[in-house]
Amino acid sequence: MSGLTGRTVGEIRSLVASGEASAVEVCRAHLERARTLEPRVKAFRALLDEPALRDAERVDRERAEGRPAGPLAGVPIAVKDVLCVRGAPATCGSRILESHVPIYDATCVARLRGAGAVILGKTNMDEFAMGSSTENSAFEKTANPWALDRVPGGSSGGSAAAVAAREVPASLGTDTGGSIRQPAALCGVPGMKPTYGRVSRYGLVAFASSLDQVGPFGRTVEDLARVLQVIAGHDPADSTSARVDVPDYLAGLRRGASGLRIGVPAEYFKGGMDPEVDASVRSALRLAEGLGASLREISLPHTEYAIPTYYIIATAEASSNLARYDGVRYGHRAQGARQLGPMYVRTRTEGFGAEVKRRIMLGTYVLSSGYYDAYYLKGQRVRTLIRRDFEKAFETVDAILTPTTPTPAFRFGDKTDDPLAMYLSDIYTVTINLAGLPGISIPCGLTRERLPIGLQIIGRRFDEETVLRLAAALEGELKFHQHRPPLDGTP
Amino acid sequence: MAITRNEVLHLAKLAHLEFGEEEIDRFTRQISSILDYVARLNELDTSRIEPTASIESGSPALRDDALVPSIPRGDALANAPESDGVHFKVPKVIG
Repeated sequence: MSGLTGRTVGEIRSLVASGEASAVEVCRAHLERARTLEPRVKAFRALLDEPALRDAERVDRERAEGRPAGPLAGVPIAVKDVLCVRGAPATCGSRILESHVPIYDATCVARLRGAGAVILGKTNMDEFAMGSSTENSAFEKTANPWALDRVPGGSSGGSAAAVAAREVPASLGTDTGGSIRQPAALCGVPGMKPTYGRVSRYGLVAFASSLDQVGPFGRTVEDLARVLQVIAGHDPADSTSARVDVPDYLAGLRRGASGLRIGVPAEYFKGGMDPEVDASVRSALRLAEGLGASLREISLPHTEYAIPTYYIIATAEASSNLARYDGVRYGHRAQGARQLGPMYVRTRTEGFGAEVKRRIMLGTYVLSSGYYDAYYLKGQRVRTLIRRDFEKAFETVDAILTPTTPTPAFRFGDKTDDPLAMYLSDIYTVTINLAGLPGISIPCGLTRERLPIGLQIIGRRFDEETVLRLAAALEGELKFHQHRPPLDGTP
Repeated sequence: MAITRNEVLHLAKLAHLEFGEEEIDRFTRQISSILDYVARLNELDTSRIEPTASIESGSPALRDDALVPSIPRGDALANAPESDGVHFKVPKVIG
């Protein structure tokens, strides 16, 4: 059967559930497309051909036995290389974990499999999820499917590019300061960071534990709802995963935007934004109004302090989390050291890349004696102010709409020498990690150069429903799916 | 410079990392410019603001203190750079 790729999660699931296509056929079609495109896109660290086909055979066998099809039956899904898939290397984009093979599945991966999904491969990323362009991967640079000389964003650049290139209908990424939403915007696909605590972090290799969250990329907002439905919910293995009921996301998806009060924060529409991004997001705001939503200007006064706060808190947590890479229990060990202390130092010096070292150093500094109060504690106090800004705003609005990024995708090498310039590409996304809120990016237009532009919708804690509902309503009007990246010859 | 070369050398020691001369210079410069940028937080008076360490819903979920199977030893050692099948092996602690 032809035309199995380029479909949505829901379409594939119905094809497989009805028997029009087998999960194995779907899996082979996606593996074949990925193999054709990978030399140009390099979204994957590894395609899991044999285990994926085994997953697919199991789905077909269960169908033949008359068992009900799972909600993701036969759907190929790519997983960021920071998430553990038993038996498949999880490098986290780092030399220090180059040969690391997890001995268990992350909870989100186990839930995908339990729902009938086929784990097609592991996707490329910035080393330990630190970066905004995927250029910090120790292994390869992933290209943006819309312009192969540009970055896909990061750190989940591989997961975003794989969906944009239609190598998979959906993927999982992780988002600590924008690492799902920013690449989603740059690659022209929907991507969602759920509320902190909505999805278990068990089996997610930690970067900044109070900010990290797993979430989906998909072809459509409905795809995100379908994947989120499966991965959301409390997990006894992660004590920070919340005991909060998971609603039926699909049921709420088509309720339209009418009656929603949308906040437009003045601080997100100030200087530094590309004029084409500004125009595109403003035109989406008018569309929302046309759908019956009302717009209100709001203020999030501490927005300008979000990036400095983030780089204190995230680096502090990273320096602590990454202390575990010592060459003893897993990962790389430097050869030839005859004593333990020098072995640690040489292992870490050989294993980590420049950005990871820079952040470990910065995090060590802000936690060190004499600087803890001035930096780390100060950052935590400002985090409270940022959280309160949102609490106040959500007293009068149901959702907040902003640009996702100040600019479209930039060229390889444009920001690699200037860490601060790279950090600023997360200026509209880090605040919501600090506040623990859910956020989505959906494509809202193309620049004259045909580069995707993303808009971000932010919701109340655990109110993914409203975020998805507004995103689905706008998606229906924006009709971005008419555009395709130029990979297949025709635009 | 918000940070000195000597402080960077001290941090490297705390973080179990080693750098060449040129890298130390580059890190001193880059970390200084990041710290200068971070210093804008001092514009805010936060003396009466409680710190937020994490955004969690209520108290962390506690599980029952029940016995469950743990990771088999073979699996736990599977990724070790060096083991004797029972222990993780490391170089001498005291030389």
